[in-house]
Amino acid sequence: MAGQVQALRRRIRTVKSTKKIAKAQELVATSRIAKAQERVQASKPYAEAITQVLTALASNATIDNPLLVPRERVRRAGVLLITSDRGLAGAYNANAIRTAEQLIERLKADGKEPVLYVVGRKGVGYYRFRNRPIEASWTGFSERPSFSDAKAIGDALLDAFVAGADDTDTTYGPDGIQGVDELHIVSTQFKSLMTQSAEAHFLAPMQVEEREVEPGLRPAYEFEPDADELLDALLPKYLNTRIYAALLDSAASESASRRRAMKSASDNADDLLKRYTREMNSARQAAITQEISEIVGGVEALSSAGSDT
Amino acid sequence: MANQLPVKVVAVEERVWSGEAEMLVARTTEGEIGVLPGHSPLLGLLKEPSQVRVKLAGGEQLTYDVSGGFLSIDADGVTVLAESATPATPESH
Repeated sequence: MAGQVQALRRRIRTVKSTKKIAKAQELVATSRIAKAQERVQASKPYAEAITQVLTALASNATIDNPLLVPRERVRRAGVLLITSDRGLAGAYNANAIRTAEQLIERLKADGKEPVLYVVGRKGVGYYRFRNRPIEASWTGFSERPSFSDAKAIGDALLDAFVAGADDTDTTYGPDGIQGVDELHIVSTQFKSLMTQSAEAHFLAPMQVEEREVEPGLRPAYEFEPDADELLDALLPKYLNTRIYAALLDSAASESASRRRAMKSASDNADDLLKRYTREMNSARQAAITQEISEIVGGVEALSSAGSDT
Repeated sequence: MANQLPVKVVAVEERVWSGEAEMLVARTTEGEIGVLPGHSPLLGLLKEPSQVRVKLAGGEQLTYDVSGGFLSIDADGVTVLAESATPATPESH
């Protein structure tokens, strides 16, 4: 009986320290969400301005930029998957990876060869464990992405996309580099504190909306240099902005997901503590009752033995 | 206030500065351009690297080192879009 009490006591201690860790993680995640959301907000003015500029440009430039024209024959499709560096974030990584897998299946069904680009240690670990090739990966900034991270990713993707332009079925084209003909991105959208959803989107070729503006209202822009050259310079920047936005949104989602997971873990620890404490108390009570009855029994046996003589 | 020019300087990670100015001077790939209130709409690619100067009403001047920048002028004012924009020391213009 005493042994059982001790085992329970040890268990309670373990649950208590686990709860402390979960609670601390929860608090850290909560403050990270706020910070991540601030950064999403801070990046909005630029994103809005560049979208506006692009829309103005698209209605003025000839749309034959390689980033805008879908390739006739798509052989290889790049998939950029954004996951987290650390675990303990509930289903965050599992959802992102599942969405990526669905996309990859779909690409394969269309006869395209998927090429993986992965952000975050968890995603890298998943594919490395399964011995599946990763074209390139970036890690170490999933919770605090900066624009230079997004730029590094964007530049690598753009290089691959440009290199894919001259590939043929059998050769890698005059540049000798095997590129990709399409780019997709799988990231987690931050909808609210409670809902985040992993989604796949087209990254390139881009679809620029040519908004129909009433002729009289459209400002007649001048361009320095001319519109086509501007578009060439602007599109890669727009691509980087899209990747940066996705990284920020994913970082916010990661923290929100971790907060939720850690909250339910510490709630669960509370329940366990309550149950174990109750079990320990009743075991202790049972031990005491047993000892008393043993003593009483002993005394009675002694006294009855005494009266016999 | 009719002769004031609304200016926004936005970097990718944050809005750097916004407010009213008298004039904005920037250098595009084609050459230096001074923007006064009522300028016709224009989109320009800024020279790499370059500085953008914002002249305020009181004679003050703000200077930013800009990289990867664009200039957009429309009826609502001037927007400088940059991958990074940091305040420069006023003497170095």
